[in-house]
Amino acid sequence: MNVTQLSVFLENRPGHLQNILRILSENDINITALTISETAEYGVVRMIVNDAERAGIILKKNNITSRTTEVIAIEIDDRPGSLYGVMDAFSRRDMNIEYMYAFPGKNDEKSIMIFRFDDIDAAKEALLAEYYHILEMTDIIGEH
Amino acid sequence: MIFNKKFETMPEKELKALQLERLKWTVHHAYDNCSYYREKYDKAGFHPDQLKTLDDMRRVPFQTKQEMRDNYPFGLFAVPLKDVVRVHSSSGTTGNATVVGYTRNDLSIFSELVARSLAAAGADENDIVQVAFGYGLFTGGLGLHYGAERLGAMTVPISAGNTDRQVMLIKDYGTTLLVCTPSFALNIADFIEKKMPDFDIKQTSLRIGVFGAEPWSESMRDEIEARLGIKAYDIYGLSEVMGPGVSSECSEKTGLHVNEDHFYVEVIDPETGEVLPEGEMGEIVYTSLTKEAFPNIRYRSRDITRLFHDSCKCGRTFVKMEKVTGRSDDMLIIRGVNVFPSQIEDVLISVEGTDPHYQIIVDRKKALDDIEVVVEVNEKLFSDEVKVMDAIKRDISDRFKKSLGISAKITLVEPMTIARSEGKAVRVIDKRNI
Repeated sequence: MNVTQLSVFLENRPGHLQNILRILSENDINITALTISETAEYGVVRMIVNDAERAGIILKKNNITSRTTEVIAIEIDDRPGSLYGVMDAFSRRDMNIEYMYAFPGKNDEKSIMIFRFDDIDAAKEALLAEYYHILEMTDIIGEH
Repeated sequence: MIFNKKFETMPEKELKALQLERLKWTVHHAYDNCSYYREKYDKAGFHPDQLKTLDDMRRVPFQTKQEMRDNYPFGLFAVPLKDVVRVHSSSGTTGNATVVGYTRNDLSIFSELVARSLAAAGADENDIVQVAFGYGLFTGGLGLHYGAERLGAMTVPISAGNTDRQVMLIKDYGTTLLVCTPSFALNIADFIEKKMPDFDIKQTSLRIGVFGAEPWSESMRDEIEARLGIKAYDIYGLSEVMGPGVSSECSEKTGLHVNEDHFYVEVIDPETGEVLPEGEMGEIVYTSLTKEAFPNIRYRSRDITRLFHDSCKCGRTFVKMEKVTGRSDDMLIIRGVNVFPSQIEDVLISVEGTDPHYQIIVDRKKALDDIEVVVEVNEKLFSDEVKVMDAIKRDISDRFKKSLGISAKITLVEPMTIARSEGKAVRVIDKRNI
């Protein structure tokens, strides 16, 4: 199982992100992680939420464009060099990361890394070959 | 100065008789020598012999731009191709181009009408005319070039663009008359003020500007005159009819005299096609009176104006038309290029995932027209990767450049951002003050 990320299109203007957050909060959508990739005029908000499918439907009803994307989540040790090790696994195989972000795991000793690849299966294979633990959605958001 | 006193000051009665005689020739010529006209008129139950008075023109079917496109490239020529010595093509897209042919005689008249326009702006053989219209398929460059030569002026064929070189030649050659689009004139003024603070354009010999190929307002005229220290005149024309010189302003600057010995003009109600009385606003319709290769018979220009006689102080008896600032269709003229919203729609449709929800904003920043195409991002267009979104923007922009010849800024916005009136998105916002 992959982790499903919710990506939302928004204009780079005051109030627009807040509007999305209001809609999600009114509908009991919890955001575990959030990152924004911005350009001068627009941005892409990427979130790990407790129900990406439902969140997408709610946003569409509110005329907000979103999509769900499959990403890879792994847990790494919260110590120097651990991210370097993961990168090494990808670069040795000449694999390019589209984007990535991190957030603290439930366990104090660990961080969670999210990776977006064009070829998600090849990336998973690479991680498994190096004995990384690939997280499932429930590992991040708990059961619901 | 009046270039051709005999015709330009011809008494009304004599002029009407000349027009009728030439109209009959034109309609017969088209009917006899171009199968398209023959079939069209036969079908409409019209025969050239029915044309007995100028008023009978109302019975002649209109000609549209669509007919020209349908007969691309040479289907509306009324002379054998061996007699055609030049062609021009309308600005706009390659897909919708209209091709206009000229015989040697047509070109001679074209040159004379441009010479008349330059003379009406106060030029003569002592002038140095810098032609900063584009040279090529566009009628402006070559049209003004040969007109300036006909006048006997020293003609500088610099073509469009290259602002620093334009200024250099004005300075070095002692250019007295500049021909370009009004927006390019302001662009030159901007350039001088920003890049050449020590240079005073008013100390040069430049004294006249003849501007055309795009709509411009009286306030724009005031601005150009003040910043360049010149007198600015409007020259008007349509590539489908001839090119610049169909009409032009005289010293009075209160309307453009139509060269009525070569064009018969009517103003119609664009909805009903009814001819309106003199003085009323409507769509101006052109009939050529002497053109051999590409006759125009009641060509619907879509330009909105009014016609009037005012015993002009300049001495010309030709009817005047007001500066054209509007159109009866939704065509935009952007940097001299004709653009229809439908063409913009075609470009967007060709891009996978784009919605018909778009808006075109035309603005005149720093004197040049800017076009911004606002596209609503739907699920199909949206990607979680910024590089994919940027590639889509670039793709749309490239397609505009390729098919319309204009650079457009593409802005991506959230759904339902574009104002809708009665459910339909408002397509065009023209912020230019023209």
